[in-house]
Amino acid sequence: MSEWIDVCSVDDLQPDSGVCVWADGRQIALFYMPKEQAVYAVDNFDPFGKVNVLSRGMIGDIGGQPMVASPLYKQHFNLETGVCFEDETVKIETYGVRIENRRVAVNV
Amino acid sequence: MSKKQTLVVIGNGMVGQNFLAGLVSSGAKEHFEIVVFCEEPRPAYDRVHLSAFFSGKTAQDLSMVEEGFFEQHGITVHLGDRAKSIDRSAKTVLSENGVRIAYDKIVLATGSYPFVPPVPGHERDRCLVYRTIEDLEAIETAAEQSKVGVVVGGGLLGLEAAKALKDLGLTTHVVEFAPRLMAVQLDDGGGALLKRKIEALGVTVHLNKNTTLIDDGESCLHKMNFAGGDALETDLILFSAGIRPRDDIARDCELEVGPRGGIVIDNQCRTSDPDIFAIGECALWNNRIFGLVAPGYAMARTVVSVLEGGDNYFTGADMSTKLKLMGVDVASIGDAHAQTPGALVYTYQNGDSEVYKRLVVSTDKKRLLGAVLVGDASGYGTLLQYCLNGIELPENPDSLILPHRSDESVGLGPDALPMSAQICSCHDVDKATLCSAIEAGCNTVSALKSETKAGTGCGGCVPLMKSVMECELAKLGIEVSTDICEHFPHTRQELYHLIMVEEIKTFDELIEKHGRGRGCEVCKQAVGSILASYWNDYILKKEHIGLQDTNDIFLANMQKDGTYSVVPRVTGGEIQPEKLIVLGQVAKKYGLYTKITGGQRVDLFGARVEQLPSIWRELIDAGFESGHAYGKSLRTVKSCVGSTWCRFGVDDSVGLAIELENRYKGLRAPHKIKFAVSGCTRECAEAQSKDIGVIATEGGWNLYVCGNGGMKPRHGDLFATQLDKETLIKYIDRVLIFYVRTADRMQRTSVWMENMEGGLDYLRSVVIEDSLSIGEALEKQMRHVIDTYQCEWKTTIEDESKLKRFRHFVNSDRLDDNIVFVEERGQVRPADEQEREALKARKHFNILEEA
Ligand code: SRM
Ligand SMILES: Cc1cc2nc3c(=O)[nH]c(=O)nc-3n(C[C@H](O)[C@H](O)[C@H](O)COP(=O)(O)OP(=O)(O)OC[C@H]3O[C@@H](n4cnc5c(N)ncnc54)[C@H](O)[C@@H]3O)c2cc1C
Ligand code: SF4
Ligand code: FES
Repeated sequence: MSEWIDVCSVDDLQPDSGVCVWADGRQIALFYMPKEQAVYAVDNFDPFGKVNVLSRGMIGDIGGQPMVASPLYKQHFNLETGVCFEDETVKIETYGVRIENRRVAVNV
Repeated sequence: MSKKQTLVVIGNGMVGQNFLAGLVSSGAKEHFEIVVFCEEPRPAYDRVHLSAFFSGKTAQDLSMVEEGFFEQHGITVHLGDRAKSIDRSAKTVLSENGVRIAYDKIVLATGSYPFVPPVPGHERDRCLVYRTIEDLEAIETAAEQSKVGVVVGGGLLGLEAAKALKDLGLTTHVVEFAPRLMAVQLDDGGGALLKRKIEALGVTVHLNKNTTLIDDGESCLHKMNFAGGDALETDLILFSAGIRPRDDIARDCELEVGPRGGIVIDNQCRTSDPDIFAIGECALWNNRIFGLVAPGYAMARTVVSVLEGGDNYFTGADMSTKLKLMGVDVASIGDAHAQTPGALVYTYQNGDSEVYKRLVVSTDKKRLLGAVLVGDASGYGTLLQYCLNGIELPENPDSLILPHRSDESVGLGPDALPMSAQICSCHDVDKATLCSAIEAGCNTVSALKSETKAGTGCGGCVPLMKSVMECELAKLGIEVSTDICEHFPHTRQELYHLIMVEEIKTFDELIEKHGRGRGCEVCKQAVGSILASYWNDYILKKEHIGLQDTNDIFLANMQKDGTYSVVPRVTGGEIQPEKLIVLGQVAKKYGLYTKITGGQRVDLFGARVEQLPSIWRELIDAGFESGHAYGKSLRTVKSCVGSTWCRFGVDDSVGLAIELENRYKGLRAPHKIKFAVSGCTRECAEAQSKDIGVIATEGGWNLYVCGNGGMKPRHGDLFATQLDKETLIKYIDRVLIFYVRTADRMQRTSVWMENMEGGLDYLRSVVIEDSLSIGEALEKQMRHVIDTYQCEWKTTIEDESKLKRFRHFVNSDRLDDNIVFVEERGQVRPADEQEREALKARKHFNILEEA
C-alpha cells in the first residue's frame, strides 16, 4: 500500500538543485525546478557508485527529458522514469510528489 | 626455406630511422636480419625540432623511436658505436667497439656534419656547432658564462641558432660571408627585408664579412678579425656555415663519391656497389645533396621498395621551405632565383607593413616556377600547389601576391587541387589519401594525423590539410559542431562574450536569451565558471548553486563513499609549526585521514557533509583559508626552498610563490591552474610541468607557460626571460585572463595553446607586444578578481542560511549509515562493500541486543 508522507517545507528545497529527505526508512532525493514548478523524487542511492549521493547531482534535461547527473561518475537518470540514459537496464525508484500549503509530501 | 640475409644500417638519424620504420611494415622485413650502428648515444631524434630543446623539450620528447621498437621487431642496435670500416671483398662491417658483422646489404644513412671554416682559432674554447643534442648541451653550458654570442652563417640554420642564443639571453650577432641572408633561398629583396626585420628584433647582422682570425678579445673571450680590418668581440661562437656529407666510411672502401663530397647514388639509391645503398644527407643524387628530411624520406621509401623487389625510383625532390625565423615568416618555393631561361619575375613590396613577395613564372605565364615570401607567408600552401602540380595560373599571375582589395577570391580552394596533389611532403601523403581517411570517419585534424601521418613531420602542411578536411566534410554533409551542448548553439568562448557584452549575471537570463531547455551539467558548469571568473560572485549564492558541480557545490572534494576532503591553502607550501599542529588537532578531533598531497599541502579525508562547517570554522579561526582544491581555479603554487636556505638558490622562490598564490587565489578558470616557482635552474619545484612556471636566473625571472602533468604531460614553453617581478606579474595577469576568456571548457592551458592558431608566437604577440590592444583590459579584469577575492568558506560559515544546506537529510539529524570506516595503518579509510555489509549487520545486531 502506498501512502503520502509529509517530508519538508517548500523552503527546504533547493531551487534548480537537490536535497535529501528521510522517509519511510529510506533516503529520497528531491529536485526542484522552480521555472517549471516541478518537483521530482527519486532514490538517493547511486547504483553505479553504490553510495547515497544522487541528491547532490546537477539537474537539467536531455532532449527535453528531465534528468539528474550522478556527481560521482556522471551517469544520467530520467527524473520521471528513473531509467538511466546510458544503460537502460539500470533504473532507480521514482516517487510521486505533492505540494500542499507549502508542505512537500512523497508517495512511498 | 631460404636463410635470412643480413642488412646493416649505418647511422640511426632521422632518415635511417624512417627507413627502419618503413622496412618493418613492408614485405621485405621477412627476408632480413637487421643490425643498426648508431654513433650517437641515443637512437634517432627529431633534429628538425632540435631548437625546441631550449624551450624545455627533453631528449625523450624529441625521440623518434617508439618505446620497444627495436625489441619488437628483432632489430639489433649498437648504440654509441660508430661503424668504422667496410671490407667489401670480405663483406664485413667493423665497428669502433670491435663488433664485426658479415653483411649481405648495407644502407648508409650517415647524414652530414656542420662545416667549420678553417679560420685560425676556430678550435678555441666555446667555439661550437649546432647539430646534435650534445651540441646544444654544450651551447647551454657555454652560454651560462657568456654575454655576447656570434653565429657564423646567415642561412636557415644559422638564423635558427641565432634565435636560440638570443633566447638564452645573449647579445647576438650573425656574421655572413655572402651579401644577403639565406642566400640559397632568398633573392636580394627578400634577404634585405629579412635583415631589417631580424635587426628590429635585436640581433645584429653583419654581411660581406670574411673572418680571418679568431684570437683573444679584450672585453670578451674572443675577438673575430675580419678581412676588411674590422673586428667583433664575443664570448661564444657558433659555426653554421653549411653542412658536408659524412662520406668518410664510403671513401675508405672506395665507393664513388662526388668531387665536393657525397656518396654517389643512382635512381634507386644504389652506390657504385650494388649491395650498398645510401640515403639522406650523405647521398649525392644527380650532383645534388638534399639537406632536408622530406627528400631523405623519399630515398628511404625507394630503398624499402627496392628491397621488396619493387621498382620505385627517386626522382629528385622539392626543396621548397616555409619557416618562421624569430617570428618572421619566410618561404621559398622552387626556382626562387629565376634561373629558368625566359622566366618572368613579379615583385610586390610593401615598405609599410614590411612584406616582400616575388613570383617566378614561365614565359607563357601559365606555370609558376618559383616564389619568395618574406613577412607574410600565408600564400605558401596555394603557391606551392600551383608550382608542384603545374596548375594553370590565373590570367594575371600577380593577383596571387597583391593584397586583395576587392572580394575576388584568389586563393586556390582545396577543391581545385587534383586528387594526386601532394599535401604533406614530409610523409608523401596526397589529397586522395586524406579524402579516403576523411570518408572513413576521420573528422578532426588529430584523427587525420594519426591515420595518415600527414602533418606529423615539419607541420607546415597542417593548415592546408585542415582546409581539405573542412571542404571534404562539407561535401559529405557532415557538420562539425562546436556547440557546447544541446542547450546552447554557442561555444564557451561565445558564451563568455555574450555574458561580458550583455552583462548577464545569471544562468537563467542567459538560457532565456540565448539557449533552450533546462540546461545540463555541461553548460551549467561552464556558465557557472564563466560567471565566477567574470563577476567573481560568491558561488553558493542561491541563483548559482545549481551551476556548481560535484565538488564546488559543497566546497569540498567528494570521495568514493560520499564523504569529503578538506584542503586548506598552504601558500607556497610554507607552514608555521603552530598551524601544522592545528591541522593535526582538527584531524584527530574529527577522525580524519591525513595525507600530504602532491601539491605541497595537507589533505584531510573522510569528513561527512554535516561536519564540513565546524571543521572549517576551526581551521579559519586558526588562520587558514580555502585551498580551492574543489574548484576549476588556482590550486597551488609549489615552491622550492630557494635562496633563503639553499646554497644554489639565486632568488627567493618561496617569497614569490606565496605572493603569486595570494594574488591569484580564487581565480576561476576553464580548468584548474597550477603554478610553481624554482629558485634556480636545478628546478626542484618542477615549474616546467605547470600551467605557469617561474625559474629564477641571475638576470631575473624566466617565465614558462602552458605545461602540465596529468594524463598527457607537457613541458611548459619558455615564454619570456630575465623579467623583473613587475613585468612577470603583468605577463601572468594577461596570460591567465586571456586563457579564461578564450579557452574551451575543461581545457588546460596546454591544449588551449596548442589549439590556438599561431600558438606560442601568437600568445607572445598578444601578451608581450599587446597586438590586440587588450593588455590593459586583461589586467583590469584581473585586478577586479583580486579586489573581490573572498575565502568562500569564511563567507559560508558566517551565513546561517547557507549552513542549512550542509546536512545529509533536510528533515532529520540521522547520519548516512552507508558511510562506514575501517582502520588501516593507524588511520581510517572507507570500508569496501563486503566490509561495509558485515559492519552494518553487526551494528544492527548490537542494536537488537540492546533493545
Ligand atoms: C589530493 C591529490 C593527490 C595526492 O594525494 O597527492 C589529488 C587528488 C585528486 N586529483 Fe589530482 N591530486 C593532487 C595533485 C595532482 C597533481 C600534482 C601537482 O599538482 O603537482 C597532478 C598533476 C599535475 C597537473 O595537474 O598538471 C594532478 C592531476 C590530476 C588530474 C589530471 C589533470 C590533467 O590535466 O590531465 C585530474 C583530473 C582532472 O582534473 O580532470 C585530477 C583530479 C583529482 C581529483 C580531484 C579527482 C576527483 O575528481 O575527485 C582528486 C581529488 C582530490 C581530493 O579529494 O582532495 N588530478 N593531481 C593532490 C592534491 C594537490 C593539492 O594539494 O591540491
Ligand atoms: C637545427 C636543425 C634544424 C633543421 N631544420 C630542418 C627543417 O626545418 N626542415 C628540414 O627538412 N630539415 C631540417 N634540418 C635538416 C634535417 O635535420 C636533416 O635533413 C636530417 O636530419 C637528415 O637525416 P639523416 O638521417 O640523413 O642524417 P642525421 O639525422 O644527421 O643522421 C645521421 C646519423 O648517423 C650517425 N652516423 C654517421 N656516421 C656513422 C657511422 N659511421 N656509424 C654509425 N653512425 C653514424 C650520425 O651520428 C647521426 O646520428 C634541420 C637540421 C638541424 C640541425
Ligand atoms: S592519481 Fe587518480 S587516484 Fe590518485 S589522487 Fe589523482 S585522481 Fe585520485
Ligand atoms: S609537410 Fe611536413 S608534416 Fe606535412
